[in-house]
Amino acid sequence: MSISGLLAQLFAIALALFLAPLLTGWVNQCRAWFQNRTAPPLLQPYYMLHKLFHKDVVIAHGASALFRFAPFIVFGCMLLAAAIVPTLSTDLPFAPAADTIALVGVFGLARIFISLAAMDVGTSFGSLGGRREMLIGFLAEPALLMVIFTTAMISQSTSVATIVETLAHRDFVIYPSLAFAGIAFTFVSLAENARVPVDNPATHLELTMIHEAMILEYSGRHLALIEWASSLKLYTYSCLGLALFFPWGIAQGDDFLGLLMAIPLLLLKLATGGVALALIETVNAKMRIFRAPEFLGTAFLLAVLGLLVRLLLETRV
Amino acid sequence: MSAAIPLSTQLINLCASVILLLAFAMLAQRRVMPLINLFAYQGLTLAASTLVVAFTTHQAHLYYSAGLTLGLKGILLPWILHRLVRRLYVKWDVESLINIPTTMLVGIGLVIIAFNVAQPISLLSHTISRGTLGIALATVMLAFLMMITRTKAIPQVVGFLAMENGLFLAATSATYGMPMVVELGIALDVLVGAIILGVFFFQIREQFDSLDIRHLERLKEH
Repeated sequence: MSISGLLAQLFAIALALFLAPLLTGWVNQCRAWFQNRTAPPLLQPYYMLHKLFHKDVVIAHGASALFRFAPFIVFGCMLLAAAIVPTLSTDLPFAPAADTIALVGVFGLARIFISLAAMDVGTSFGSLGGRREMLIGFLAEPALLMVIFTTAMISQSTSVATIVETLAHRDFVIYPSLAFAGIAFTFVSLAENARVPVDNPATHLELTMIHEAMILEYSGRHLALIEWASSLKLYTYSCLGLALFFPWGIAQGDDFLGLLMAIPLLLLKLATGGVALALIETVNAKMRIFRAPEFLGTAFLLAVLGLLVRLLLETRV
Repeated sequence: MSAAIPLSTQLINLCASVILLLAFAMLAQRRVMPLINLFAYQGLTLAASTLVVAFTTHQAHLYYSAGLTLGLKGILLPWILHRLVRRLYVKWDVESLINIPTTMLVGIGLVIIAFNVAQPISLLSHTISRGTLGIALATVMLAFLMMITRTKAIPQVVGFLAMENGLFLAATSATYGMPMVVELGIALDVLVGAIILGVFFFQIREQFDSLDIRHLERLKEH
């Protein structure tokens, strides 16, 4: 581990913390434009966080300590996940701490705690949201793992940094399997980030919400942390998708100039991804909750197909 | 390792994968109109992949078959089907005998079988696109599955035509296509078949007031 590597790592984390609400704001703004509404300001998520951090916390009478700790655990998990995924450089001192399988586990841990906290207070909406979240989660996780296995088979490693290094710095090769994996990953990230075909992040309509139902009881700085954590999750998923499927421009090693070059490219890629996400959310309608298993089942099948195509076309020819 | 594969083979593999993807999309599609559009896309991709094979191997007759595929399966047949659906007013949901997730699972099983069966066969062939033989076989089987699981007449015809797509892909990938006479004959057969089936649709509907072919299982009038 080198000092410059450590600096790059700390810079990547700081960038993630700073950019995550901005990405959420950008997606909301694009969505409003596509839907012919007046867009909220780009910095709206920061205003929200600022407001929430200055408000008092109200906690329900029956709440246990778990309810109070959960936002911190969720935020910590998302921060760790953001630190593992290479955004600017693949030389990350934190990367050996967890490979992609552990990364999926980190997301799982956060999910378990937020669902437990939602059930902790004992309101009906909380437990409804928690159960739905676990339903989505247990269907999305295997699909995500399959996507990751496809990329891991190409690079012969499960470490995110190595996968990105292999994909970014080699001759241009078309991988049909990555096309399948990419579509599956899009499905999974829509479901995991509570986006439109599965859940609507903008609604508080009781019967359809999943994520919002879980965090209904939170207020003040706890709510701020959870909101920030969900922006971080969106940012991490976007960066993971970009790193796996569009890895060009991510710096290798502790090359300062490459790092500087990577920043505008990352911003450009994230902005494009945000527009694409807003477009997906605009042209699709939210599906019934009982359609979600079919949606995620399709994602799983596509990921498996990617693996099979990888085995058939790209190894033994 | 994959870096050694030439670009043309990579392109063919990509086209074949898209064809497989479209075959699955057709299997999962519930509505008639998007189903026909997916079939059109499959025809276009098939034409593109044939064109790449023709360009790389300098086989003149493959250019003709690519053009034939484009005109027939990419444009003419989808147009005929679109017209039929509009004339027959059958835009409603497609009914299937088993639900869609189960169909998809069966489909994955079929893909595994097809890949395993095709692997030793494709080793015997020396064409640049031999790797796609497994995908071609899988496409044929998925189209078969679609014909089995759908109860309405039009999805069955689309399945039949998609099966022909798979056979064509298999012919191109294993032997650089069939002789031109055979190919023309098959193309004409498919076209005539689609037209005759179109006439059948009207007859079936006139007889039973529905395109559900389960009505055909009864032999006697009640």
